[in-house]
Amino acid sequence: MQLTIKYFGMLAEATTINEEHLQTEVCSVSQLIKKLKNQYPKLDNADFKVAIDQQLVDQSHIINSEVEVALLPPFAGG
Amino acid sequence: MEKKKPKNVFVQGAISSEFIGTSIAKHQTKTSIGAHNIFLGQVRADQIDGKMVSAIDYTAYEEMANQKFHEIREATFEKFDLTCMHIYHSLGTVNAGEICLFVFVSSPRRKVVFKALEYVVEAIKADVPVFGKEIFEDQTHQWKQNS
Repeated sequence: MQLTIKYFGMLAEATTINEEHLQTEVCSVSQLIKKLKNQYPKLDNADFKVAIDQQLVDQSHIINSEVEVALLPPFAGG
Repeated sequence: MEKKKPKNVFVQGAISSEFIGTSIAKHQTKTSIGAHNIFLGQVRADQIDGKMVSAIDYTAYEEMANQKFHEIREATFEKFDLTCMHIYHSLGTVNAGEICLFVFVSSPRRKVVFKALEYVVEAIKADVPVFGKEIFEDQTHQWKQNS
């Protein structure tokens, strides 16, 4: 299945992209993050939350459909 | 009560005092209101390691952010007896001293608006995916984080 991965703020800076598509099997959020950290070592020390289809999820959440995954660094609104 | 579909909260660049003034003036026809309360977030020229912040460049996960703003509105109307509420947040570059957040709540009675405004602003700071790049005078930058 194909996921859309979105990067924001300092994470977009670290990966040098805003968005990409990724082919993957069913996996947990933590497995996906591990894969992304291998691809982008600068993510390793980054602090971020994960949203799937605009809802925050925890690391054990299983990704089993073609969703939009967003990596969100600390919020700074206001 | 206002209609409940999600709105676009974001405006490009700083929020002007003219915009804020016009927004206040528009409420003169809503004569059940007895109290307004307004929060204005202003970009602060922080000194960090001897360098001064000259601007913040705001970005957001806009779809999720507008949804979060909507949820905050719904929760606030649920909790407080408000006549109306308006939220505007900047995207893009806002210079130090300019306004980046405008929250405006109105009610028949004053005590409600004091509590409601704090609730809304704290929820925005905690829950809305907006990101801020603090740009220093020498054009280097660091990423802002709400405390």
